[in-house]
Amino acid sequence: MLAFIIQRVAQAALVLAVMSFVIFGLIGLMPGDPVDLLISADPQMTQEDIAKLREIYGLDKPIVLRYASWLAEVLQGDFGFSRLFARPVFDVLLPALGNTLTLLGISLSMALLIGLPLGIWAAVRPYSTRDYAVNLFAFAGISVPSFWLGLILIIIFAVVLGWLPAGGFGTPGVKVWGDTLIYLVLPAASLTLANVGGYTRYMRASMLETLRQDYIRTARAKGLSNRQVVLGHALRNALIPVTTIIALDFGSLFSGALITETIFAYPGMGKLTYDAVMGNDFNLALVALLLGTLVTLTGNILADLAYAWLDPRIGFGGHKQ
Amino acid sequence: MTLPQNNDNASNSAPATRNGNQGRTPLQLVARRFLRHRLAVVSLILLVVLAVLALFAPLITDVLGVSPTRVNLLTRLAPPGGAHLLGTDEAGRDMLARLLHGGRVSLFVGMAAALTAAIFGTTVGLISGYFGGRIDALFMRCTDGVIALPLLPLLIVLAALDLGKLGVPQDVAQSGSISLYRIVIIVAMVGWTTVARLVRATALSLRERQFVLAAQAQGATSQRIMLVHILPNLASPIIVATTLSVGHVILLESVLSFLGLGIQPPLPSWGNLLTNAQELIWDAPALAVYPGLLIFVTVIAFNFVGDGLQDALDPRATERQG
Repeated sequence: MLAFIIQRVAQAALVLAVMSFVIFGLIGLMPGDPVDLLISADPQMTQEDIAKLREIYGLDKPIVLRYASWLAEVLQGDFGFSRLFARPVFDVLLPALGNTLTLLGISLSMALLIGLPLGIWAAVRPYSTRDYAVNLFAFAGISVPSFWLGLILIIIFAVVLGWLPAGGFGTPGVKVWGDTLIYLVLPAASLTLANVGGYTRYMRASMLETLRQDYIRTARAKGLSNRQVVLGHALRNALIPVTTIIALDFGSLFSGALITETIFAYPGMGKLTYDAVMGNDFNLALVALLLGTLVTLTGNILADLAYAWLDPRIGFGGHKQ
Repeated sequence: MTLPQNNDNASNSAPATRNGNQGRTPLQLVARRFLRHRLAVVSLILLVVLAVLALFAPLITDVLGVSPTRVNLLTRLAPPGGAHLLGTDEAGRDMLARLLHGGRVSLFVGMAAALTAAIFGTTVGLISGYFGGRIDALFMRCTDGVIALPLLPLLIVLAALDLGKLGVPQDVAQSGSISLYRIVIIVAMVGWTTVARLVRATALSLRERQFVLAAQAQGATSQRIMLVHILPNLASPIIVATTLSVGHVILLESVLSFLGLGIQPPLPSWGNLLTNAQELIWDAPALAVYPGLLIFVTVIAFNFVGDGLQDALDPRATERQG
C-alpha cells in the first residue's frame, strides 16, 4: 500500500517536473517577452540598451539555463512577481484558489446530489420512458457549450428577470456574507448544469451493471423489496467506479471552471490563468498552470487510492482488472 | 439495445429470429440495429442537413442576396424579418449568412481535428498494444502524462503562442486561414489519448488471437500484421470514439474562438460569433442565442449518433454496459 502510494507520487512528481519545463518553454514562445514590455514603456531606448536589458534579465541565455535559474529560485520558495497585480505570485494565487475551490465545492456537491439519484432512478427501470427522459437530460448536459449556458443564464436571470447580478464578486462597498452568495448563484448553477449530465450517465451505467450481478439475484430471491435491493445491496458497489471517475474528472472540472469564471468575471484560478496568459504576465501564468497540473495529478492519485480502498477485491499492484 | 439479434447468438435464438437475420450481410445487421435507435437516426438526418447547408452556404447566401462580411452600419442589430431572415449583428452583417458560413468552419474544424486525432491515436495505440513491453510502457506513460494536463489552460497557452518565434514566416503566421489549421492541430494534439488507450487495449487482446499467430507463422511482417490483420478488427471502437470526439472538438473550438484564441474574425465560426454577443447581451440578447443553439444541437447530435453506432457496431458491449 505504502509502496504503491510512493510509486504514484514519484510518477506524479516526474510528470510535474517535465510539465514545468514544457510550460516554461511554451510561455517563452508567447508573443513578447518581459523586455519588450519594458521597451514599450520607454520609446527612447537604443538597440544597445535593449541588448543590455536582455542580458540583465538573462533573456539572451539558452532556454535550459533560464529554466534552471527559474527552478533554483522556485526551490527556494521565490515564485517571482506578478506583472499585472504588482504583487508576489502567491499573494495573487491563493485567494483565487480559495474562490475557485468554493465555486467547485458548491457545484460538485449540487451536481452529485442531482446526478447520482437521477442515475439510480433511471437505472432501476431501464428503457422506460423515465430512463429515456433522464438520458436525454444527461446528453443535453454533456453537449451544451458551458460558456453559452452561462450567457443564457445571464440573459434569463440578469437581463430579462433582473433577479441576479450578471457577474463579478460582491457589490463594491458591501461586505456582507449573503451578498457574496448572490454572486455565486449563477456561476455555480452554470457549472452544476455543465457537469450533472456526466455524473448521471456514470451512475446509471454503473448501477445497471451492478444490478446484473448474481448477488442481486440472490437478494431478490430472498424476497427483499426493490428499494432494499437497490439501496441496501447494489448502491455501495455501484458507487465504486463512480467515485473513481469523479476523482479522475476533478482535474477537468478544475480547468473547465476557467470558462465559467471568465463568463461571470468570477475572480478564481481559471480567470486568473486566462488573464495572465492574455496580459503577458509570465510568472503568474507559469505558476497558475503548474498549480492546475498539480490539482489534476492529485485527483488522479486519489482516484487510484479510492478505487483500491473502496473495493477490497482490487490490490495495489498497479494495473486493475 | 433490446433484442440480441447479432450473428453470434442467432443460432440459439428462436427460429423466427434466425429467419429474420438470414441472408443479411453484417453491414445490413449494423444498419438495422442503428435504425432502431430513433434519436440517433433523427440526429444523423439533422447532421446531414446541417452539413449540406454548410457546404452550400455561399450558394444559399448568394440566392438570398446576403453576405456574411458586408458591413452596413445603417442596419445595425436589425430584428429578424425582411431581407435579413434572422436579423443583423452589431456591424449590420446578416446573421443567417454568418451562421451558415460559421457552420462551414466549425464543422470542418470538428471533423478534421477528430480525424487527425484518431489517426495519431490509432498509430500510437496500435504500436503500443502490438509490441507491448518497453515501447508500450513508454507510450502509455506519455499518454497518461497528456491526460493529466489541465486541458483548457494549456489549450489557451498553445493558442496564444507566437508562431513567428517558432520560425514560421510572419506573413504566413498572420494570414487569416492559419487560425483554422492551427486550431485543428492544437485540438488534435490533446484529443488523441482516448483513441490511443482504446486501440491499445483491444490490440493487446487481439495479438494473442490465433489469426495473428497464423500470420506470424507465415512470416508476415509486423507492419503487415498490424495494418492488415489487426486494424480492421479495431474499426468499430475507432469509429465510435471518433464520432463522439467530433462533438467534443466542436465544443473546444467554440470555447477557444469565443475567448478570442481560436478562429480569428472576419472568418466566422459558431464560437467567435458569440464573442461580441456577451458585450451586447443587454441590447441584443437574441444574438447570443442562435450560434450557441447550433453548437448545442450539433454536439448533441454527434453524441447521439456515436451512441447509436456503439449500440449497432458492438451489441455485446451494450449488453454489458446497458
